Amino acid sequence: MAEIRLEQVNKRFKKHWVVRDFTLTVADREFVVLVGPSGCGKSTTLRMIAGLEEVTSGEISIAGRVVNQVPPKDRDIAMVFQSYALYPHMNVYKNMAFGLMNRGVPKDEINQRVKRAAEILGISDLLHRRPAQLSGGQRQRVAMGRAIVRDPQAFLFDEPLSNLDAKLRVQMRAELAKLHERLQSTIVYVTHDQIEAMTLAHRIVVMKDGKIMQVGRPLEVYERPANRFVAGFIGSPSMNFLNVRIAREGEDLWVDGQSFRLKIPRHRASAYRDHVDREVIFGIRPEDIKERTRDDLPEGVEPLRAEVDVREPIGSEVIVTAAVGGHSFTARVSPSMQVRVHEPIDLAVNMNKMHLFEPETGTALNGD
Amino acid sequence: MQITRTQRALAHITLTVSILLIVFPVVFALVTSTHSFQESFSFPPKFHVGSHLLDNYRAAWERVHMGRLLFNSTLISVAVAAGKIVLSILAAFAFTYFGEFRGKATLFILILITHMLPLPIRIVPTFELVEDFGWMNTYYALTIPFFASATGTLLFRQFFLTVPNDLADAARMDGAGPMKFLWKVLVPLSKTNMLALFMIEFIYMWNQYLWPLIVTQSNDMRVVQIGLKMLLAGEEQAAEWNVIMAGTILAMLPPLIILLILQGSFVKGFAMRQEK
Ligand SMILES: Nc1ncnc2c1ncn2[C@@H]1O[C@H](COP(=O)(O)OP(=O)(O)O)[C@@H](O)[C@H]1O
Ligand SMILES: [Mg+2]
Repeated sequence: MAEIRLEQVNKRFKKHWVVRDFTLTVADREFVVLVGPSGCGKSTTLRMIAGLEEVTSGEISIAGRVVNQVPPKDRDIAMVFQSYALYPHMNVYKNMAFGLMNRGVPKDEINQRVKRAAEILGISDLLHRRPAQLSGGQRQRVAMGRAIVRDPQAFLFDEPLSNLDAKLRVQMRAELAKLHERLQSTIVYVTHDQIEAMTLAHRIVVMKDGKIMQVGRPLEVYERPANRFVAGFIGSPSMNFLNVRIAREGEDLWVDGQSFRLKIPRHRASAYRDHVDREVIFGIRPEDIKERTRDDLPEGVEPLRAEVDVREPIGSEVIVTAAVGGHSFTARVSPSMQVRVHEPIDLAVNMNKMHLFEPETGTALNGD
Repeated sequence: MQITRTQRALAHITLTVSILLIVFPVVFALVTSTHSFQESFSFPPKFHVGSHLLDNYRAAWERVHMGRLLFNSTLISVAVAAGKIVLSILAAFAFTYFGEFRGKATLFILILITHMLPLPIRIVPTFELVEDFGWMNTYYALTIPFFASATGTLLFRQFFLTVPNDLADAARMDGAGPMKFLWKVLVPLSKTNMLALFMIEFIYMWNQYLWPLIVTQSNDMRVVQIGLKMLLAGEEQAAEWNVIMAGTILAMLPPLIILLILQGSFVKGFAMRQEK
């Protein structure tokens, strides 16, 4: 098991910079998830750790050894590919044994290791089948088995679940978490699915256009996004962003959207004094806008009246898209609430959970 | 879509007619090879099976040392087909997997162009080369000039391009070097392509006439196609069609046997791809 360090890593394809100034230390036994929209350079980063791509500049070390010049096979790490990349002409056993055979592991030991990995993954009775005779989920397990038998310093996963159907994905996600517990190994995991990232990671690395946007524990990233991009990317449905001004009235600061006004709770207001009368972006998650059920609202919760545009019942709740003035936003209200399209709705906004962002850069204004 | 009775009948008729057209020459050759010299000349042609089968085949066999010719043809056809497969797999591998090198595209186009130049154009320079090497009248002359194969290189390159890149990456992670990847992954995956190419190239080589004719002198280095021409004999004599047809049938047998053997694995190969 080992620590993985990336120091100022850059990657360029022809003239195109794909990964920029990537600095990250993955601790021994840590499960780190790289998440970001498609094309942001996650796979490229992973492949550079694996040694499948060279770095343009920067340094990568594994277990204290700089590996820039070390070929993939000598880095002692295993990778699980999105496409599984199983050898179509080999049966499951051979697929798992191939890497060990190439390394000259004795036959008995190969046999032992393959059998054990197959047991862990529940594919013991599939060992003589070819990949074509397996279901998607089974292939996925074989791909993981091929990595496990190697007993490497670290595992790299590139969107391993994205080819599975929704139900299987949830199941495999849980199994992956268990597997990590059992193997106690360093894992770098790539996904574009923020739920996978939130549920699996010790730490999340949010990427955009080849750059790290934020690194943090899942709840940290969720509750204190460093910028507008992270705020919008993590969480579903996505955070609402409204262009507002900060207004001052006596001791209190307000979020002023012209057609609506929301008071900023006292304990958070002090951080924004410098921004009075400035344009900012107000961010609030749909789950922090609920139906208003009583007249007297608790401290920090503000009333908001809006008109319903779209109503999407999803069973446990109703996702409402509503508008006030020129602003459109989504809220999550209880299914017991009467919601009619084109009619007004009374909402309660939990301003304790609000976020403010700099309009130009998107950086979060320090409100904590 | 519903297939009507008429459509079905039409399909059957078309297929039957085409099969008859294809089969007729073979059947005619077979029948003629059982006739006596006189019968083979009768007009209208006779379609009954004659009684001279053994005589004709023995004559064809002995007159031109058919045994030796069949051996030569089989040997060079197998060698050329195998050589083409080995060389074109290596070339395609280099073109597909060895990154970008300067002039890669140009080189590939050059290879394709050689494919467009028919043998008669290349024959003089190739002949001089072979003569300089002192290969006249040897198996080298009959095989080595044919080893390079644009068809094969193209075929394998197109196939390798369909093999997912992840597979190569997985092999690298698994500690397999390039040649091991080629040998343990690409070659097994190319089996169907190899069989197809083997069949095509075997028959192509089997049918060669001009080149073997000019690079061999002694009878023991001749090939089947030359033997058939020899059976046709001089112009002063009437052609013994019964014997020639017997020779033709003999010359047809080795490719036929290869076809029958490979057909099984061929079908299996395609079935395996369907599984995917
Ligand atoms: N081999 C390559 N050559 C050129 N561009 C590439 C190559 N691999 C990836 N890219 C580009 O780099 C960017 C990042 O790709 P990738 O790391 O695969 O993104 P992600 O995995 O986050 O979806 C994309 O714009 C992609 O087109
Ligand atoms: Mg990717």
